[in-house]
Amino acid sequence: MSKSVIEIKKLSKAYMIGHEQQAMAGTMTFRDSLTNLVRKPLELITGHQLKKEKFWALKDVTLNIEQGDVVGIIGRNGSGKSTLLKVLSRIVEPTKGEAVMRGRVASLLEVGTGFHPELTGRENVFFNGAILGMSRKEINAKFDEIVAFSEVEKFLDTPVKFYSSGMYVRLAFAVAAHLDPDILIVDEVLAVGDAAFQKKCLGKMKDVAGQGRTVLFVSHSMATIQSLCTRGVLMKDGKVVSQGSVQDVVEAYSGVISGTSGRFDNFQQRREGAQDISIKSIELSHNGSVQNKFDALNDVELAIKCKTRGKTNNIRLDLNLYNDVGVWIACFSGRYSFGDKGAIKVYLPDQALYQGQYSANISLLDNEVLQDFIPEAISFVIKPNNSMISGVSGVIQGLLK
Amino acid sequence: MEHAVVIRPKKRIAIDWKELKEYRELFFYFAWRDVKVRYKQTAIGILWAVLQPFIQMVVFTLFFNKAVGVQTGSEGVPYAIFSYTGLLFWNYFSQALQRSANSLVDNQSVVTKVYFPRIIPPISSTIVSLIDFGFASIIFVGLMIYFKFVPSTLGLLLLLPAILVSFLAASGPGLFLAAVNVKYRDVKQALPFLIQTGLFLTPVIYPVTAIPQQYQWLLYLNPMTGVINAMRSSFLGAGTIDWPLTMLSVGMAIVMFIGGLYYFKGREKEFADII
Repeated sequence: MSKSVIEIKKLSKAYMIGHEQQAMAGTMTFRDSLTNLVRKPLELITGHQLKKEKFWALKDVTLNIEQGDVVGIIGRNGSGKSTLLKVLSRIVEPTKGEAVMRGRVASLLEVGTGFHPELTGRENVFFNGAILGMSRKEINAKFDEIVAFSEVEKFLDTPVKFYSSGMYVRLAFAVAAHLDPDILIVDEVLAVGDAAFQKKCLGKMKDVAGQGRTVLFVSHSMATIQSLCTRGVLMKDGKVVSQGSVQDVVEAYSGVISGTSGRFDNFQQRREGAQDISIKSIELSHNGSVQNKFDALNDVELAIKCKTRGKTNNIRLDLNLYNDVGVWIACFSGRYSFGDKGAIKVYLPDQALYQGQYSANISLLDNEVLQDFIPEAISFVIKPNNSMISGVSGVIQGLLK
Repeated sequence: MEHAVVIRPKKRIAIDWKELKEYRELFFYFAWRDVKVRYKQTAIGILWAVLQPFIQMVVFTLFFNKAVGVQTGSEGVPYAIFSYTGLLFWNYFSQALQRSANSLVDNQSVVTKVYFPRIIPPISSTIVSLIDFGFASIIFVGLMIYFKFVPSTLGLLLLLPAILVSFLAASGPGLFLAAVNVKYRDVKQALPFLIQTGLFLTPVIYPVTAIPQQYQWLLYLNPMTGVINAMRSSFLGAGTIDWPLTMLSVGMAIVMFIGGLYYFKGREKEFADII
């Protein structure tokens, strides 16, 4: 009987978050400094601090990971992914619970940890390798391989402060890629370097995964997760909400991202504009069926219903599209005239978007006067297309096709 | 599997010797990096380690000895070599303490991204200072030859223990302050001032005998007093070694080391959270 390589039992991590008003930028007055001068040492002595609140970054996380699993951990920002990796890397101590790691662990939470700008590439390889857990013997043995992988042979004896950022990252990843752990913990570090190097790194990661090692991998790129991982774990608010096959978990994540329906009418309050004309609802559909997940090959129809006061014929609608990491992808803009009903139809063209999560701001102008603006009015998912997730090709892509 | 690590909230403070042995190379890597980095882009490099105490000695001799008239208290011991002996050990102590106290904050980016025994940066900082001590010793040997001193057997025997006591005296407060510095950066501000004050509270520019006999024990509460006095007496024949009081200094160094280590180990689990 073999035991799990990683056993996590009810692991929790709490942070105390202070609400120190004076600490807010720009509001620190001389008087505040004076009161602090008295208060701070007083707090030090009494141990009593004002307005502290407990925040659970991880709450009762229980997971078993078997030898050879390549686990993709996904979730929105602040869902506890990185905290989990930090606890498992022993950088921070859990507040409750425990985890057992069987085997040598190497964690790569950042590319180039401990790189010193004044040191040469060669010197940094040694220090970085050592701090990531390699012995001097190991580094010596792998040195040539590391240098070859990094493609910076020529500049090996130049201080890295003179490196281009690409060279820097290549050298740093090369060191990390030659770690030989039983368990590899990787935070979103592949989002650096140019496309060709990313491909090389992913290839290397696949090699590592193929050798029966266990990999924990955090990424926001669903394509990378799908091409690399065998299992998925979805986190939300510090808890594991779903785990299983990578396909299921990615789909569950899509649900988290965009709600469950293609109809949006419960907009948040933070709206702007005169509101003489305002948006009541938006429905996303394809071929008449309302949905929020679309095939990459199909177009997306937006049916926007507005509240209006009579006819107007100089309406402008702007739709700003963002991807899951908040990069502005495109602006769709069009002019419309309202009948009595105030309905607008907008089409996002087929085959324009890659798989992923998208959200959009919508603004409505009448005679160039802003009437309504809804941040994050809609969100939807473009489903992976099977021809795209084979190999690593899914990762190397532009924003629009 | 041979290598299982259990991660859970620690309740006991214990030193994991096995782990330290595993990470032993890292002590030297940190020291090696610091030495490399420190003298990058300098014209005279490691010569600085020699030049600094030498110039200090010259200034002290001109100012305290010639101008103010501070005496060594012993016939035939020139003030230059007398003060240099004090400076040699005092500089090791003060630099090791200062580097050690700032070591965690200076390595902030590493502390928050990789696990390694947190004790490594502060301890390896005291190793770096030992290298400077070695270079500064060259001048000391030069002065011994110049003033025609022959070291006694006792002196040679006491040299290693003296370095060890200085190491303990610097590491203890160093560990303590490194841990405090993680939360309160006041340490960085206060330390240069404390060290400057310490120079005058330690018999570096004056002999222990400058203080009335009945108060000398107060001076020996400072471990560096015991070290410097023993070294001067055994190498230069300046004054005598008061063994009970010297043992007081040694005891203080041990207490400081254990106290600092204990505080550090108690705090280390929260370093990455608050640094």
